[in-house]
Amino acid sequence: MDWLSTGIAVFDSGVRLAVPLLFACLAGLWSERSGVVDIGLEGKMLVAAFAGAAAAHATGNAWAGLGAGILVSTAFALVHGFAAISQRGNQIVSGVAVNMLAVGLTALVGNAWYKQGGRTPPLEGAARFEPITLPGADAIRGVPIVGPLYADVISGHTVLVYIAVLATVLTAWVLARTRFGLRLRAVGENPAAVDTAGISVMGLRYTAVVLAGVLCGLGGAYLSVAQAAGFLTQMTAGKGFIALAALIFAKWRAWPALATCLLFGLLDAVSIRLQGVVVPGIGQVPVQAIQALPYALTVVLLAGFIGRAIPPRASGLPYVKER
Amino acid sequence: MTGRPPAIALAGIDKRFGEVHANKAVDLVVAAGSIHGIVGENGAGKSTLMSILYGFYEADAGEIRVAGRPVNIRAPREAIAAGIGMVHQHFMLVEPLTVLDNVMLGAEGGALLAGGARRLRAELDRLGRDYGLVIDPDAIVGDLPVGLQQRVEILKALVRGADILILDEPTAVLTPEEADALFRLLKILASEGKTVILITHKLREIMAVTDMVSVMRRGEMVATVPTSGTSPSQLAELMVGRRVLLRVDKAPASPGAVRLAAEGMTVRDGQGTPRVDNVSLSLRGGEIVGIAGIAGNGQSELLEALAGMRPLAAGRILVDGTPLAADELDPHKLRGRGLLHVPEDRLRMGLVPPFEACESAILGFQQEDRYGSGVIMDRAGVVADTAKKMEDYDVRPRAPLLKTAKFSGGNQQKLVLAREIERQPRVLLVGQPTRGVDIGAIEFIHRRLVALRDEGVAVLLVSVELEEIMALSDRIVVMCGGRITGERRPQDTDERDLGLLMAGVDERAEAA
Repeated sequence: MDWLSTGIAVFDSGVRLAVPLLFACLAGLWSERSGVVDIGLEGKMLVAAFAGAAAAHATGNAWAGLGAGILVSTAFALVHGFAAISQRGNQIVSGVAVNMLAVGLTALVGNAWYKQGGRTPPLEGAARFEPITLPGADAIRGVPIVGPLYADVISGHTVLVYIAVLATVLTAWVLARTRFGLRLRAVGENPAAVDTAGISVMGLRYTAVVLAGVLCGLGGAYLSVAQAAGFLTQMTAGKGFIALAALIFAKWRAWPALATCLLFGLLDAVSIRLQGVVVPGIGQVPVQAIQALPYALTVVLLAGFIGRAIPPRASGLPYVKER
Repeated sequence: MTGRPPAIALAGIDKRFGEVHANKAVDLVVAAGSIHGIVGENGAGKSTLMSILYGFYEADAGEIRVAGRPVNIRAPREAIAAGIGMVHQHFMLVEPLTVLDNVMLGAEGGALLAGGARRLRAELDRLGRDYGLVIDPDAIVGDLPVGLQQRVEILKALVRGADILILDEPTAVLTPEEADALFRLLKILASEGKTVILITHKLREIMAVTDMVSVMRRGEMVATVPTSGTSPSQLAELMVGRRVLLRVDKAPASPGAVRLAAEGMTVRDGQGTPRVDNVSLSLRGGEIVGIAGIAGNGQSELLEALAGMRPLAAGRILVDGTPLAADELDPHKLRGRGLLHVPEDRLRMGLVPPFEACESAILGFQQEDRYGSGVIMDRAGVVADTAKKMEDYDVRPRAPLLKTAKFSGGNQQKLVLAREIERQPRVLLVGQPTRGVDIGAIEFIHRRLVALRDEGVAVLLVSVELEEIMALSDRIVVMCGGRITGERRPQDTDERDLGLLMAGVDERAEAA
């Protein structure tokens, strides 16, 4: 049964690795469905991770860390929103600015405050989110296959993992079933239609951008306060960009976003597991090649297997009333 | 008409966009329950005025009264609340969404969609029965033909309970049949007490459906008259400010040899869909052949392929009887053989808007020796050359150094025509020569095209304006879905017949 326990462990770690991707992917989904392209997901997660770790360290409370992460990420989202919506600036430039600012600020402030080369002090006890054991997990652990699957893959995660799944459900439901969702879908396709229907384009887009900020805040805080025990420089490591790829892969829809992020998380987990393993006929595969696997697969999958991914028509375009 | 106060009363509406004074103290009274036409040339301020009424722009000064009450309309939301609905020239629809979603947008009736959707389905059903505005609420708007998309726009306004319906150039995208159906609907709506404001530049429509007509010229409201007491020529005169000839006087054509012919020509777009499908036609010297059709039925692609701008998927093109080799199908080489082209979209293909007029006026001929030798351009010569073209073609203002974008549509078009015609074409391909061009310039351009024909030039005219096709052509070829659906001589046909051909129906062939 060794392959089973290995499989379970890989799945378990796949879920953990998928969560920050999923938060960022949903953030991008809200933003881009409203017509605001957001390549600053990475930067927002990074500042949230730092703020989360710093606040959790200062207060000894993981929830305070989460709150701080969300607040700081949302503040950065509003900067992007102001540039992209109110000032009608170039959304790519603004997103790049957010990313660069995030890298610089977290390193600078981290070094100035803690003098540990940009790290925050390790978090312990209540300053970190602890895994939750779902009811009945221990009871059915003995049942073959289903037992370990439930006990180790489904159960035993921090609360943020379950919030990520809940966020997916909510996103799908709000977009499809509510007034706000309809308006948001419309504003990303044709803002003029929304404007002439008597609805504020700006209001919708700012709401979407703030939602993206909150979700990036969740993703960032997950990295530093739940997954790891503290902040490391550049700990987002491109997850914000992989999330953008996942967003395209999922064609800007919530459930496919969940599936895609799980797939990418799983690939990541497999690559970690394969490090140092001797593959028959090839020998030991270099670590770098294995680490590149998810990226290579992303390119291959995006290039060949999803058909045409058509973005919301107005995404990236500031809304200007025609004359 | 009735004892009701006027549906709309505008007083002293004034609006500037930077240096442009779009509306100058405009007054307008629209009687409740009437169909009121507003005519004027492009840039006369009609659309600006209606956008102010709809809250899309805010007036700098002036007062708006709706049904007698002064209202402050600063956003479309307030216009909708005041009972005003608008059908924009460029539809305000979200194409990937369904008809129901589009109608519901902004009128959802609650934070959740389910309840409002049920109510709106019933409402759409009722409107479908009452007015014949039948539509599938679950169809994706982007998949619908433009006629039905317009129906969605009208339904949007009606569902919101609009008492006053503004339609901006509603027939630009419709076949004559569809336009007639629209006018019948407007009359029904008016008979039920709704007020309709119709903005158009087609005087025939004004005469056919309106009760009153207002004329705008250069931002001013110059006249409001009962339709029964006016005539198209009087309206045209009011619009332009001088007498204009609406009819084109021309002698019968005396066609010579075939100068340009297409045989079994097929043109595919990027997706591989045939846009021009096995088309054969010929064009003789000394005749104008008009290509009629609803926009998007392959006329543009036909024109561009003949001009060497699109590759042929099948078939061949013959100039003066000799088939063109593949490498000769190139705009520059075709120009050298006397085949010149006035493209449909002058701002995208005919001119470079940020360039000075004199630079735009030599585009495509800039290599020629008369504009300089070697790599050095003779700037003074180019400016003088443009000044002469501007004089000959009455381009205003006569400013060769002004940026191309600063000229009005009509003057830009005259600049393109001057450039192409001045090279003494043997064949002239003309696309939408009067799109966005004011009446005064239309008259000039039409006379110029007829004069070219009389000099023996072969002219191919592609236009979505049926009146233009009827007035200028010696032969009319109708296209639908990339195919030629019929050919007529203008004296043997009428708008109804052509309209059916444009929809792909040939009654005469069926009767035969």
